[in-house]
Amino acid sequence: MPKELWKGNEAIAEAAVRAGLQAYFGYPITPQTEILEYLSRRMPELGRAFVQAESELGAINMVYGAACTGARVMSTSSSPGVSLMMEGLSYIAGTEVPAVLVNVMRGGPGLGNIAPAQSDYNQAVHGGGHGDYPRIVLAPSSVQEAIDLMGLSFDLAEKYRMICMVILDGSIGQMMEPAEMPEMKPIVDRNFDWATNGAINRERRILSSIYIDPPAEEVANLRLGKRWREVQANEVRYKEYYLDDAEFVIVGFGTAGRVALSAVRAARTEGIKVGLLRPITVSPYPYQVIDQLAGRVSGFLVTEMNMGQMFDDVRLAVRGRVPVEFYGRTGGVVPFPDEILAEIRRIAAGQWTTDRDPRDAWQARMVSVLER
Amino acid sequence: MNAPTNLVYERPEGFTDTPTHYCPGCTHGVAHRLIAEVLEEMELIPKTIGVAPVGCSVFAYNYFDTDFVEAPHGRAPAMATGIKRVLPDRIVFTYQGDGDLASIGMGEIVHAAARGENITVIFINNANYGMTGGQMAPTTLPGMKTTSSPNGRDVETQGYPIRMAEMLSTLEGVGYCVRRSLHDPKNIRLAKKAIRMAFETQARGLGFSMVELLSTCPTNWGMTPVASLKFVEEHMVPAYPLGDYKVSDAIKQVKI
Repeated sequence: MPKELWKGNEAIAEAAVRAGLQAYFGYPITPQTEILEYLSRRMPELGRAFVQAESELGAINMVYGAACTGARVMSTSSSPGVSLMMEGLSYIAGTEVPAVLVNVMRGGPGLGNIAPAQSDYNQAVHGGGHGDYPRIVLAPSSVQEAIDLMGLSFDLAEKYRMICMVILDGSIGQMMEPAEMPEMKPIVDRNFDWATNGAINRERRILSSIYIDPPAEEVANLRLGKRWREVQANEVRYKEYYLDDAEFVIVGFGTAGRVALSAVRAARTEGIKVGLLRPITVSPYPYQVIDQLAGRVSGFLVTEMNMGQMFDDVRLAVRGRVPVEFYGRTGGVVPFPDEILAEIRRIAAGQWTTDRDPRDAWQARMVSVLER
Repeated sequence: MNAPTNLVYERPEGFTDTPTHYCPGCTHGVAHRLIAEVLEEMELIPKTIGVAPVGCSVFAYNYFDTDFVEAPHGRAPAMATGIKRVLPDRIVFTYQGDGDLASIGMGEIVHAAARGENITVIFINNANYGMTGGQMAPTTLPGMKTTSSPNGRDVETQGYPIRMAEMLSTLEGVGYCVRRSLHDPKNIRLAKKAIRMAFETQARGLGFSMVELLSTCPTNWGMTPVASLKFVEEHMVPAYPLGDYKVSDAIKQVKI
């Protein structure tokens, strides 16, 4: 396929269609609404299901119902809407049915704003709905990568009977970039042996997240845990930049990782040996590669568009062996490469924070920003 | 074992061989049986997918011999929408109580009805939250004592009952919307006929269908089963009049 100019949100919608999306249920919220709008036209013209739900609660439970039939199904939303979907996500996870949810993140908390943010990292990766449940979370940093990850998200969700979230900040949803679409895949009846699609010539099936007997719930949780360990062993994805000779390493995902790459390239022209690790799966997290890097580099700088959420995962992998610095912008503010370059220069000059939580030091440095 | 020579009553084919978990005298069992009989008569059992609610009937999936899913509290109409939209040739029904449907799930039920989703809803109105021990529901009668309205529902501070059948019947997407009661054999027969018409509505693609069933909750009402049935007749029926609130012209033509 030739490269075309695609807006991120519309590219995500079309990529999902080409991956065999059978049903879409959504609700308008900026900055993801173009996905809903695009699919309101595209799905009916292909004879596929589209419903604009009454709320995000409605949308995620329509996804839940359709997922129980074994159909390829997704919803998309943005931060406040995704918060409303957390109940449904927990049920979907507990029922072990596959579903894809895209979160085009915006500034928060609360109503926040409609500018790009990454502050739902913890909700997606560590928290969200109630109960012990694993979930796969993919974090693209460009329109092309978002397209590529949509097909993967359905495959992973079905392979592991698990939620697969795709988290991106509003800038990727809103910007246009040249990108290549995959070929249209046909709709396949996967005929899953768990799907509740009518007990025609077979025993009836029940799909539920209820295990009223606690030992049975424990068995279910251990089953989910076992499956999660398979995901951790097989599905970690990340991209490395300039790591071969790097003396210290930036870790950033999505747009923060992309902006950091510009800063790394600029630093390289100054002779600073800095590299970049950009996690693509933020869940399962690439702990192992950071663990190995921690054995040979002098430290890390985590850049995020939040108050330092993934930072905790990097520290977990580093286990205190070398310093981990933090630089973030939050509330819908996107860092400029120059800001990260300034951090790189500071670190290259040996100014590591070792006496306190690096986020405290960062917040103190941010005073100048707040006073502007 | 020798089969009886004059079998007049047996478990419908739509039922599994599961002993009931419902309290003695509760009309959930009656409602379940009517649905199972209708599915059997219409030969719909293999193509039916049920959606269970949260509440006493959370375990409804144990009793019906059809595929079943179990919804979050109030979300059954949304789940049913998802199922029906990808499998339009299947029969999809929800079974919901008053807390589930008329309180936490008000958004889902109203919009499923407004969209004219081709699903059937069996709505059990027993004027309280049974599963959690008898709290006030949106359908609790004024003055009625519950564990969360211990002095009786005070309409000044706790509002008035919601009449779902009347409310939903105002929506264009609704093909069939009626209220029946389960308090005596005559009304049970009428309820069964209504359930049949609701599934006929869906089978013909005539829009959203709902049967509201006035039901008992002897345990939480603190009454004997017989006194509970009397309570439905004397107090529930006047507050929730039985009747056909909406029957589309197309379904009026259907003779069964």
